[in-house]
Amino acid sequence: MIIGLRFSSLRQTHWSEYLLRFGLGGFVTAAAGAIAAAWGPLTGGLFLAFPAIFCASVTLVEKHERRRKERLRLAGDRRGRDAAALEAYGTVLGSPALAAFALTFLGLAERNAALAFVSGIFAWVVIAVGVWWFRKSLFWLFGPCAVARGVRARPAAKRRSL
Amino acid sequence: MQDYLIRFVVGGAIVSVFALFGDLFKPKSFAGLFGAAPSVGMATLSLTLWTKGAHYAAAETSSMVLGAVAMGIYSFAVCQLLKRSKLHALSAATGALFLWCCVAFAMKWIEFG
Repeated sequence: MIIGLRFSSLRQTHWSEYLLRFGLGGFVTAAAGAIAAAWGPLTGGLFLAFPAIFCASVTLVEKHERRRKERLRLAGDRRGRDAAALEAYGTVLGSPALAAFALTFLGLAERNAALAFVSGIFAWVVIAVGVWWFRKSLFWLFGPCAVARGVRARPAAKRRSL
Repeated sequence: MQDYLIRFVVGGAIVSVFALFGDLFKPKSFAGLFGAAPSVGMATLSLTLWTKGAHYAAAETSSMVLGAVAMGIYSFAVCQLLKRSKLHALSAATGALFLWCCVAFAMKWIEFG
């Protein structure tokens, strides 16, 4: 599937959900600062990669997908969980990019802070999109759809022993 | 106190922007990339650079790498919990936070003592 924008999903999100994300993000940022002040930068630094927004995001994705199904008078529990699992899988693919941001920043911070930020964000975008694209290409080449398209031969059926 | 208030506002704003991008993009697996965006990192590091200097910020990012590895393991665990059990997203995501803490602190202990 091609990457695209879905503006309709912005209308699905209630203002209180935006407020919740703002509050959570702000709280974790302030808490990371307090932890660094109390226990030092090495402990505080761990919380710079705390899944702050992840919990709220997967919960909202599950809720929106379930509601969409329930509007059609269908049970949406499984659909909601599947959508949330897919979102979580995307985060798995994004975590090497988060490490790349940190490593790039670490390498450049003491030379040029502005360059460290710009390069870190650039590294995050390149690695995140690259890993996602690589995973998608593997699926396109070797996944179940590849058999249907004729890209990959159908696996031979197992011979039953008599 | 003022420092924490600034952190709250800047952190909330940057996290909200990345969350908005996550809502906007499709497919879902691509939108999920924004769950691992360096939003808290960007907010904290920009304020740390301003108040405590580059050396302190660099020390924070050295353990942020370990946090990112813990984030990968955590989100994989949440994905598996959602696929293999009947847990709701909120229960799975909050329950697995314990795993993030264990992995992150264990790696920090191994790496830095």
